[in-house]
Parts: sequence; C-alpha cells; structure tokens
Amino acid sequence: MTVNNRPVQYLLDPETPLLFALREASNLTGTKFGCGTGDCGACMVLIDGVPLRSCLVSIAEAEGRVITTIEGLSRDRSHPVQQALVAEQAIQCGFCTPGIAIAAAALLEDNPSPSREQIDAAIPNLCRCGVYPRLVRAIERAGRVAARAEVIDAAPPPAIAPEEAARDVPALRTTTAPPRD
Amino acid sequence: MSAYLKQDEPDNVNRLDHMRQGVLGTDASRIEGLLKVTGTAPYAAEYQLDDCLEGVLVTATISKGEVTAIDADSVLSMPGVVAVIDDPSLTARAAQGTAGEAPAQPAREVGYFGQPIALVVAESFEQARDASKHLKVSYRADDDVAFDPEAVEAEPQDGATSQGDLAHAMKEAPFSVDVTYTTEGHSSAAMEPHAAIAQWDGDTLTVYASLQMLNYNISELADSLGLDEDKLRLVSRYVGGGFGSKLGVSEETVAASVAAMELGRPVRVAMLRQQVLQCIMRRSETRQRFRLAAGEDGKLTGFGHEARVSNLPGESFAEPVLQSSHFLYAGENRELSMEVARIHRMTAGSVRAPGEAVGMPALECAMDVLAEKCGLDPVELRLRNIPDRHPANGTPFSSHKLAECLKQGAEAFGWDSGPRSPRHTREGEWWVGTGMASAARVHNVGEAKARVTLKADGTALVETDMTDIGTGTYTILAQTVGEMLGLPVAKVLVELGDTHHPRGPGSGGSWGAASICSAAYLACLALRETLAKRADVAEEKLELKDGAVVGGASLIDLLDGRDLAEEGHYEPGDIADDFTASGFGAFFARVRVNRFTGETRVEHMTGAFGFGRVLNTKTARSQCLGGMTWSIGAALTEAMLFDPVDGHLANCDLAEYHVPVNRDVPDLDVVFVEERDGAASPIQAKGIGELGMCGGAGAIANAIYNACGARVFEFPMTPDKVLAAMPD
Ligand code: FES
Ligand code: FES
Repeated sequence: MTVNNRPVQYLLDPETPLLFALREASNLTGTKFGCGTGDCGACMVLIDGVPLRSCLVSIAEAEGRVITTIEGLSRDRSHPVQQALVAEQAIQCGFCTPGIAIAAAALLEDNPSPSREQIDAAIPNLCRCGVYPRLVRAIERAGRVAARAEVIDAAPPPAIAPEEAARDVPALRTTTAPPRD
Repeated sequence: MSAYLKQDEPDNVNRLDHMRQGVLGTDASRIEGLLKVTGTAPYAAEYQLDDCLEGVLVTATISKGEVTAIDADSVLSMPGVVAVIDDPSLTARAAQGTAGEAPAQPAREVGYFGQPIALVVAESFEQARDASKHLKVSYRADDDVAFDPEAVEAEPQDGATSQGDLAHAMKEAPFSVDVTYTTEGHSSAAMEPHAAIAQWDGDTLTVYASLQMLNYNISELADSLGLDEDKLRLVSRYVGGGFGSKLGVSEETVAASVAAMELGRPVRVAMLRQQVLQCIMRRSETRQRFRLAAGEDGKLTGFGHEARVSNLPGESFAEPVLQSSHFLYAGENRELSMEVARIHRMTAGSVRAPGEAVGMPALECAMDVLAEKCGLDPVELRLRNIPDRHPANGTPFSSHKLAECLKQGAEAFGWDSGPRSPRHTREGEWWVGTGMASAARVHNVGEAKARVTLKADGTALVETDMTDIGTGTYTILAQTVGEMLGLPVAKVLVELGDTHHPRGPGSGGSWGAASICSAAYLACLALRETLAKRADVAEEKLELKDGAVVGGASLIDLLDGRDLAEEGHYEPGDIADDFTASGFGAFFARVRVNRFTGETRVEHMTGAFGFGRVLNTKTARSQCLGGMTWSIGAALTEAMLFDPVDGHLANCDLAEYHVPVNRDVPDLDVVFVEERDGAASPIQAKGIGELGMCGGAGAIANAIYNACGARVFEFPMTPDKVLAAMPD
C-alpha cells in the first residue's frame, strides 16, 4: 500500500488493524486509538480519499490502496482545515482532532461549500471536550479558504527559532523521548 | 531566587490591568494548536523507546472476593509472552484526586467487577491481549454482595447543616415544594484511554503517563512502588482529556512501572476502552430530596437538600452534591445532609464538577417547580433569593455575580418573563419550550510553583509540572508572563508536565488556571523588581512592552548577556476561610420534545458566567462550551447502567455510553460577565473548567416541562421517561 506517498509493505499478520500498523510499525502516531471498535472516529485516515476508521480496516484490506494520515494531509500544516481548526479554536485536548481534520478534509474535497446538514452528516467523530459547534464553523471557514474566498492568517511565525524552541521545550521535539537529565 | 505569597488578604490592586503588553484576556489561539492539528503533539502512549514491551491488564470476572491463584504457565508458552505480573504492589483502584498516597493494594483483593488483577507482558500488543484472555485465574468469590445503593443502610456524612426548624417552615409556608430527583452515574470518558510507558534504568524510573496532577501523582506512584520520589520522573505533556478521570495515579501507570522494574525493559500499558469505563472513577448515582418553603413574595424561608450517594467500602470520597446548595439561596430554616451507601461498583470519584454537576441541575428543577407554585418568573424567583452572605456560616462572598448573570443571560437569550404555562407552542410533531437555571461552582486555589526565566536573548521560559489537559494552560501562562514582562506570546516558551520542574497545582477542581498563573505572576513581579532596579525606576512605574522599557532600554540590554530566573510560589492563606468564593452563572435553553416519541432536541442554549478575570476569551469560552455540552449529555443521554446480578457495568463502550455527539449540540452562546475577584487569587481569576455544567441540565429539564408538560424526576431524561410523564 501507499502511505503518505511512500510505498509500504507491513510484515505483520494481515488481520492486523491498519491503525496499529500505522501507529506501531510506521510511527505515525497522529492517528489515534480511541476505542478500537469503530465508535469514536479518532482513528480516521483517508483510504483512496475516503475517510475510514482505521481500527476497522485490516492491512489486508488496505493492500494496494492509497492511505493518507494526518501527518500526510499537508506538508507544511497549511491545509485549510488545519488552519481553520486552530483559528476557530475547534481544538481542546486535541485527541479527536486528527480524525476530525481527516473527515473534514475529505468532505471539502468533494464539496467545498457544504451546508450545516452536510457537515453534520459527514462528521461522525466524537469529541468529549465538546468542540462541535465550533468545528462546524471551522469547516465552513476552511471551505471558504479552499475556494480562495478568505485567507486565514496562519499563526504568526514563532519569533523563537524552531531548533532553539526544541532545545528548551522538549514537547516541541514531537515524538522523540526527552533526554534524561 | 524565589517569590512567595501566602494570600491572606484580597488583592484588589489589579496590577495586571495596568501592564502595557495587552495580551492577557485576549483571544490568542492556543500555542500548541498546530502540533495538535498535525498529529505531532505526543500523548502518553506515543513516546518511542527502544525495546519496549507491551502490557495488557487482566481484569476480575467476579465482583468481590479474592484471587486465589494465577496460573502464569497457562500463557507463558504463548507466542511473544514475556511475563505475567501479579506483584502485590499492583493497585486495585485509581487514587482519588489529591490523595498523594498509594491507592488500594494488593490487586488480588477484588472489590468490583472488572478490577485489574494482573498484567500480561509480551513483545506485541496483540500477543499480550491474546494471552490476557487465556490467563487462568482462580477466585474465591463472596456471596451476598451489595450492588444496589437503595438496598443497603447508608452511612451519614460529616458536614451536615441543621438550622432553625425546616419542618415547621414547610408547614407554615404559603408555597412549598417537596420533591425527589435521581441521577445516574457518569463516566468521564475522555477520548484518550489511560496509558503509560515506564522505563527503569536500575536506579530511576521515568514514566510517561496521562495524568492531571503530577504534583500528587509522583507521591502516589512512589508510595505504590516503595520508591523515593527523587528516583521518579513523571512526564505528561499532552493529555487527551481528563475530566477528573486522570486526577489520581491509575492502575495502568502502576502496572507499567512494576513491570518495567521487574523486567528491566520499557513497558507500555494502554487501557482498552472497555477497561477505562470499567475501572476508572465513576460519578456516583444520586438520590436527592428538596424541601423548599417560600413566602407570598417568593422569598425562601426554608431550604432542605438531602442526598444519598454511593462508593466502595474504604473510599473517603463522596460526591459532594450539596456543595453549592450550602450558599446559593437564602432561607433561615435549613437542613442539608448526605449519606453514603457502600456498594461494589467501581470506585466513585471526581468526574467533571463533582457535586454541582448533579446537585445543581436537581436543585434548579426543584426551583422551577417552586416558581410555578408561586406564580413567579423563574428568573425573578432566583433574583429574590440571592443571599447577602453565606446563609449558614455568615462569611461574606468574595464577589457575587449571580444577579448580573441572570439578567445578562436572559437578555442575550431573549427570555420571555411573562406568564408561563406548558405546551404553548407546537410545530408539527414537536412541542417547543424554554427553561432556565442558575449555575454555581465553588472556587478553589491550590499551592503552586512555577519558574520563569528571562533569557539573555529577550525571550522567556516558563517551567512547571502543571498539566494542560486541553484547557489552555500553555497559552494562558504565555499570556500572563507576556503581560507582566512586556513580551508578545510568541516570545514566551512554556514547558509543562514534567516533574523535573517546580510543582504546579495540577489540573482539577477548576483551580489550575488561577493557581498556576498566580505563581507565574509572582515570579514575574520578582523579575520586574530586578529589571526596575537596572532601569532605575520603581517597580510600579516600570512599563514594559514589546521587549523593552517603554521609551527606554530593551530587555536584552537590561539583561546584559545573562539569564534571569525567579521561582514564583503561591499558596492560599486566610482568604480560603474568610470568604465564600464561587463562580456563578445562568443557563437558558430552548428545546423541542416530540409528542409521539418523547425525544428531546436542544435547539439553543445560552450561558452567562462570572468567574473573575478572563485570561483568554477563546480558551475560557471553550471551557464554557464544553461544560454546556456535558450539560446536554447529563440531561438527556448519559447513564452508567449496572447489572443487578453481579454489578458489572453493562454499557462499557462508547456505543452504549452516550456522550453528546455533533448532532446533539446546537449553537451555544456564552456571555462573560465582567468581574475581578481579588479574594479568589492575586490575579483576580476564578475557575471555569466546570461551571458550564453546574446547572445546565436543569435548564434543559425545565424546558422539557415548559415544552410538553412532562415533569420528569429522573436524569437522564430519555424518551421513555419523558413519554411516561407526558400528560395526555
Ligand atoms: S479507534 Fe477507531 S473508531 Fe475509535
Ligand atoms: S478536543 Fe478533546 S476530545 Fe475533542
């Protein structure tokens, strides 16, 4: 299969859920495990452009398909959905966020100006922090951005150089374990 | 250097209002937002450690008794299985919030169905999970186990209030109400299941875990393991929701630690979703009786609130249902008391807004019944009953915005204060109606420390073990420090969730923001003293903006190539006893109820809240919206359902435990009521993480009655209950 534009072959039991292959074997931990039973949507990825719950798809079923995870949604965090989720504050703890971003990106790909009803129908994801009304606004706004009808000021470039920030704040080093000190 | 304040007096100087940067109280977007939308913020289970083993908890299939044997050989020959851990230091329950000591041990003594009893460790998660299902366990099960909170004698709780003669007041009053409500148990159901990775190097243990209060968790884990705290490091940089469920150290964190120390390899333990529901704290179900007596003018002469809750034997926590009832409304004759039934369901503990989350909606329903009896607008009834002081102990309120919230909320919602009777509007199959409720949530602050370093390059670094569980801690700390030191938010780095840093207050009880920002504020005041000396002005006169003294030297010049660090240390002093401090608010809801199915849809909700200084309008609003969303769940869908035969939780997944979904939540309006509360904290802020669900379910219940005439006395108000209560 192709994962984020790279050919991948998993040497795992073919029944392994795609979610575990992505998280454990590919270290793509942006896709979340929320329930493992298809209830929450935190594990959504694009499979041939369709948002699906990766906990319910085996790697055998994903064979030969094109998978896009949250890490592959945009190269530089500039996908309109990502920008709009930040701007509309449709993020709290952030655990449901990757799944929602994936579902929303797929919706806008098909339909750049969805109605509220269409958004409701396309976003089945659970969010315990309760970002729901905001996420509807964020998706509407992302649609306008995608249609070039609106520009979101991307978060201002940090005045602190990324390397320096990463030195001081291990959390900004993403998924590597911090040094023991 | 350090700056310490034990707050004995209100601080009404409001220094923060006179700083120049203008970043505090703005709608700054959360600074970790981009990490979250790109999937690069690491949660507990996501740290990559070489050679890491996977552990899966094995849970009890009896409700009470003892594990007599665990046959490790039954699984040790299975592929990849490395060990079966059944060490006596495994914990049977999670620690209660702020416990600071080990929870119940050993795990072999079973107190509830689904309790962790052992850990199977294997090379892969699938292998461990498979083996966990095949492990042979023998039990000695007790008979006659109590599961039903209504079927046992309950223990009275301390802290009851008995004042005047309520029975007499009820008899004499022209208007009185005596009603009983029940609420079902709630699960926090945070989206991130509990998880931990432990790494032992033979001397120190590092644990990446999903926890809310590292300052207490480090003591709880150390005590569980018999390890010195200085041999332990806890890391919780991103937490995928807590809502109380991650206050105390839980079973997977201890199990991962025990296994890592025994096996000498890193071990990760992530709970399955079903395990999260089965063995993490539940909110107790409640039964609550209200007796309200009022005069002709609607003024309360008597106020009674008695509640029954439950917990496991040996647990000190009792859902504090009466917490805000003690001071919310007047009435000289008062009876408030609680009792606890000891039963064998999983531990009852803190779930978002313990106490008020269920006490306030029930109280506000009873007030609605009273308003109807008195023939008064429900908003007016509440306005007439706001006390000047704590009605039982007489302490003054630190600040009190209930009246403003009621008025501003009613106006924003378009509340009709005219005569009310049910079934005034029908649209097709739907009855449409409105309801309202007050909100109250006691304010707390806790001891907190934070280190602020002004770097020689003119940026600032904030360090504390405080957590951000989605609340916005990263951002409000950057804003507080930016405001005090004259720096834009982008020049302030915030490092949280690591016990190598000074101890914060932990995220819980809505006290995190006010406490930790007070510590950072104190550190900044001390830094300003030094800067003021160098700039040769009095500290009060020092104006800092955009990295420079206004009209003077830059911070970089004042720092002269050297970093400057201060540790702020805040502690609540006499203010905690001298004042009654609370956030207040008001909810207004419009619902439609289907006349054939009894289904309720919330159409619109407005919440007006007064909680002191608003540190960030975006993150504060998010907290209010989240709380109101929980109000919808508590009103209509959320209930933990237990099997009467063996006490197991019947709905232990997200398909059957119904949290609100996108389609359940309409547009919600939030009104901030301007307030500065100097007795709440030195930054005049109170908590907001919980207030949004302290009464909201009552507004929805009252709207159901106004829509269709069904007075329902049981939460959640599912279609069957609404239908049964609907008049013909
Ligand atoms: S983890 Fe796949 S739907 Fe929840
Ligand atoms: S932001 Fe926390 S679950 Fe959605």
